[in-house]
Amino acid sequence: MTAPVLEARDLHVWFDLPDDRELHAVQGVSFGLAPGERFGLVGESGCGKTTTILGLMGLLPPTASVAGQVVLEGENIMARGESSVAPHRWKDIAMIFQGAMNAFNPVKTIGDQIAEPMEVHGISEGDAARQRVGELLEMVGISRDRADRYPHEFSGGLRQRAAIAMALACEPKVLLADEPTTALDVMVQAQILQLLVSLTHDLGLAMVLVTHDLPLVAQVCNRAAVMYAGEIVEQGETETLYHDPGHPYTRLLFAATPDLYDESNVTSIPGGPPRLDREIAGCPFAPRCDRTFDPCPTVHPELRDLGAGHTAACHLNDPAMRAAAS
Amino acid sequence: MSTNGQVHPLLEVSDLVTRYPIPRGILGTVAGRPQQQVHAVEGISFSLNQGEMLALVGESGCGKTTTAQSVMRLVQPDSGSIRFEGSDISTLGFRELRPLRKRMQIIYQDPYESLDPRFRVRQTIEEPLVIHGVGTRSDRPHRVKEALVRAGLTPPELYIDRYPHELSGGQRQRVAIAASLVLDPKLLVADEPVSMLDVSVRAGILGLLDALRKDGMGILMITHDLSTAAHFADRIAVMYLGRIVEEGPARDVVRNPQHPYTKALISVVPKRDPRDRSEPQILKGETPNPVHIPSGCRFHPRCPLVTPECPHIDPELRTPKDGTTPEHRAACILV
Repeated sequence: MTAPVLEARDLHVWFDLPDDRELHAVQGVSFGLAPGERFGLVGESGCGKTTTILGLMGLLPPTASVAGQVVLEGENIMARGESSVAPHRWKDIAMIFQGAMNAFNPVKTIGDQIAEPMEVHGISEGDAARQRVGELLEMVGISRDRADRYPHEFSGGLRQRAAIAMALACEPKVLLADEPTTALDVMVQAQILQLLVSLTHDLGLAMVLVTHDLPLVAQVCNRAAVMYAGEIVEQGETETLYHDPGHPYTRLLFAATPDLYDESNVTSIPGGPPRLDREIAGCPFAPRCDRTFDPCPTVHPELRDLGAGHTAACHLNDPAMRAAAS
Repeated sequence: MSTNGQVHPLLEVSDLVTRYPIPRGILGTVAGRPQQQVHAVEGISFSLNQGEMLALVGESGCGKTTTAQSVMRLVQPDSGSIRFEGSDISTLGFRELRPLRKRMQIIYQDPYESLDPRFRVRQTIEEPLVIHGVGTRSDRPHRVKEALVRAGLTPPELYIDRYPHELSGGQRQRVAIAASLVLDPKLLVADEPVSMLDVSVRAGILGLLDALRKDGMGILMITHDLSTAAHFADRIAVMYLGRIVEEGPARDVVRNPQHPYTKALISVVPKRDPRDRSEPQILKGETPNPVHIPSGCRFHPRCPLVTPECPHIDPELRTPKDGTTPEHRAACILV
């Protein structure tokens, strides 16, 4: 792998709860992104995927405490907190928020709102900014003369394109896309995904696609990480995750997802994810797992290298554990 | 089943039309501006048997939810007939509909909003019984427990005294289903029953609907998710701008789509296998506004195969020459 453009190293996020309790939302997440790479971050609600990327952007609320490193082109941008993150936010790392298409200011034109990050970062102003807004709109497939329109004059798909244009305004190297197509119809979803993929090709942009939708990641990303209860439980090429999963959760998640042509039964995963406001003994997935054995309820599995960039946190991959159990 | 011994489908909808007027406002009314309408459902026909699941599939604005609401008589259709167990219910008044409501129930997309947060599970499920005067005070608790068990919430004692906020999303949807089942309906309309739920619990809810179908219930499922429809429905009807453009056995529609819209829709459904990255056939633009329906075939402005005749001919559903079975029909002059 070429030198990563962005890396999360052992990222932890805790949220303060009332009565001095804490919720450990992200528990030691590490991954790297090569330039131009499309990386999927998959998991169900509450698994910590959105918190992770908000952490990368330094956009967590004041009730959150963060530990670990976010390394952008070799520099730990978390080293001095806000003062070291702020210069890179939007300029190097940009984000499309979940529901971004519904977050435009209704009384300002789309063009003015796209120009805003450029003005804030002193990249361009006035006519130059207007010119750049036109280019950005065309890049995302909107004709430039629509810059003077208001958000309500755009359909959901067009607003999402405008949100992407806004994220690209300062020519970032990394784009974090949080459920960018969740509220859209399938055909519009396909249009937006096609746009995102072509942007990563044309601009060499690295993208993190955050979603609960496995098939989306399978189609768009080359590598992905599966999150459960605040941890990455498996990471690798999407082909490996589907054809040779190293964690039962990944396998069961695929088996719970209906596919157009596969007529085999889809099965739900019993139970629900654990609470993250208390220490979890053993493997967090053990209570729902179909392959639990001796060490699972008590010993926490670490991510284990399975070769070719494939890692998984499951005792089944540990020959010593299996030998001891049998 | 009817009085003369003839067998009817559980539900038979013919030429259903439902439109919503667009408010003109005071100025518009005074100025005599023409009344505009949203052509939500524009003449659709389908039938549903007992023990069958029909999926109405389409993008937002295609009229699938309006169809469901018309069938439930929650909105008033403009024309057409809705025959439930053989008798036309499309013009029945509120009072005459009341006894029918026991026999046809609807569950909604969002179990976070469809349950009253101040009601315990017991009250939520008992309420329909009280409203319809079903059972006695002493046998209602038994019926409530039975419904919970049928909805897969076992043992019922574990759930009966909880409030919605004490339940997971999947459990809430099961409570909503239990509240429908308690009246022992023959028809269940499920409007996007799993789209708000996590992937790992969706299959459980869909499996529950499947079990109810096997028990003889007729299920009309509204969904935008073709993969779910392909998996669980017996038949699929694909809607576009208020019309059914293709319908047939689920397998035939998914594996051998005939209408250009269905073909495109199926091509863009993401597959689970990363190796299966076939080129999606992405249509340009978005579904047009259902206030101004295009002339002729309503799909022609976006159709990749459009011919000079298409803007002039409004095609009817017919059995395509390349169709798989006689029940498979598509509305396109090219098929």
